[in-house]
Amino acid sequence: MFTRLKKNRRLLILVALGAILLLCMLIAVSIGAVPISPLTIIEMTLNKMGISHFSPTWPPSAETILFQIRLPRVIASALVGAALASAGVLFQGMLRNPMADPYIIGTSAGAAFGATIAMMLPISIVFLSFGLVPIAAFLGALGAVLLVYNLARVGGKTPIVSMLLAGFAISAMLTAILFFMVTLSGRPELLQNIYSFLMGSISVSGWNQIIIIAPLIIGGIVAARFLASRLNALSLGEEGAAYLGINVEREKLLVLGLGSLLTAAAVSMSGLVGFVGLVVPHAVRLVLGADHRLLLPASALTGAAFIVLADLLARTLLAPREIPLGVITAIIGAPFFIYLLRRHRREYAF
Amino acid sequence: MINIKQVDFSYGKTPVLHHIDLLVQEGEMVALLGPNGSGKTTLIKLLSGVLRPTAGDIHLNGSILGRMKRKQIAQCVAVVPQQFSMPFAFNLREVVLLGRTPFLSLFSDEGEQDRRVVEQAIELIGLAPLKDRFFNELSGGERQKAILAMALAQEPKVLLLDEPTAHLDINHQVEILDLVKRLNREQGVTVIAAIHDLNLAAIYFDRLILLKEGRIFTDGNPETLLTAETIEEVFATSVHVSQHPITRSPHVAIIPRL
Repeated sequence: MFTRLKKNRRLLILVALGAILLLCMLIAVSIGAVPISPLTIIEMTLNKMGISHFSPTWPPSAETILFQIRLPRVIASALVGAALASAGVLFQGMLRNPMADPYIIGTSAGAAFGATIAMMLPISIVFLSFGLVPIAAFLGALGAVLLVYNLARVGGKTPIVSMLLAGFAISAMLTAILFFMVTLSGRPELLQNIYSFLMGSISVSGWNQIIIIAPLIIGGIVAARFLASRLNALSLGEEGAAYLGINVEREKLLVLGLGSLLTAAAVSMSGLVGFVGLVVPHAVRLVLGADHRLLLPASALTGAAFIVLADLLARTLLAPREIPLGVITAIIGAPFFIYLLRRHRREYAF
Repeated sequence: MINIKQVDFSYGKTPVLHHIDLLVQEGEMVALLGPNGSGKTTLIKLLSGVLRPTAGDIHLNGSILGRMKRKQIAQCVAVVPQQFSMPFAFNLREVVLLGRTPFLSLFSDEGEQDRRVVEQAIELIGLAPLKDRFFNELSGGERQKAILAMALAQEPKVLLLDEPTAHLDINHQVEILDLVKRLNREQGVTVIAAIHDLNLAAIYFDRLILLKEGRIFTDGNPETLLTAETIEEVFATSVHVSQHPITRSPHVAIIPRL
């Protein structure tokens, strides 16, 4: 009886969060230079899916705006948010460190580094470079996180301060090398691209990129959910987890690999968007508890809604000018990070 | 049940255990005694399979421990370490539920049966009123009990304890060891515990193994083993051994050097 109640509770929470996410997305697609009413959006979408046949009360341009510009962008935002929040949960669980975040521990910078290198390679075949960027981003993310992890480890533990310092140092180094290489390349026009990449903003044109990245992110989150009960066991530390039958080395690689994959997938659509992986899992943990089996999917949905709204702010606040998305998340996230660091100073010393 | 054959162990180049030979039968209650650094904790870790012997083999129910899967070992052997730190706000029930980890499959969460085992373990340990409290907010003694409950949720055949009573007040010491003794008597759980307090060991354990510098110095029952001469030789401390007025077990009193 109790199990069913618990299971139903979990499902209910996720359904509710899913509904909130859909609502946020609906609001986000309806707002812009040309407002489209939510009702019209629903009718257009149902028509497009072939479910219904409402006679169009909207101009054809509205359809183009919705399906070619806004919807891809909003879906990309949701995917980026879900991926970064899930990666945050994975890294925090594995490092047993509630301050870990793909941006803070250098994974995002690694992904950006890999992606930019791939973009600069003189490969003109479109489909090749298209596949190369995400792969390079993944390798960059994995390389950076392994480096930070090994640098930050002190006697089998990953203390918060050494993790933050290692993450900062690696991020700074990778960014510096990046700018150096761009300067070397003698293509100053790249600087502007890289600059906006580092500031973070959702950049997708049409559906092509989403069709490739979405399965990666959704698959990654589903796979991460299967790791959830082992992440719970890893909360006891490597030794404690081993006593519970966990193959610690294998799990760590799986978690780092998945976290890097999710980060790289997000970075390839948005550049560096910080603090999502920190703020979202923290807030969710506070409300719903620490059990990763609920924390992970709930954080993914909340993260998605968070970035959908943040991106809405980014493109409407100073319209027609656009604020980089990374600026919005940092303005919200950085003070929160500092607050956590101060408040939990004692708790986080282990 | 457990057969340690000619086991050596070193951390890097530092040798810790030498030629350990030890046979523990099912249902025994064994205490590992010895000075700091004599290899007690290392032996516990070897028995749990998280450390591998540098030489020799450890057999668990006839299988070589090093060839068993971690999960397989955890379904049989539970460990209560000295202390766990918990970075996240899990409540007591969730922590005890972690003990079911070796029985969960990749694709399914805990079932009715797992829940029942967890509730029983919490009940047995006497923490039912606290089961919704956060683990990190419990007192040291309550936390140690919760960890013991987690180990019990593994339904182990072998229970390994590393200084289970260190840092606890006498009330919690007695509670924990009473409970371990009960498990040993009533459910036939084989218990091996590293312990510092010679008197607690004498009261609760039937068989004591005295380690000195990584070797087994003596192995026997408390009455024959806990003599002033033996203790002085192993711990380099003068003691007076008398009889516990109630349990009749040996009682060791230290003699201060001042």
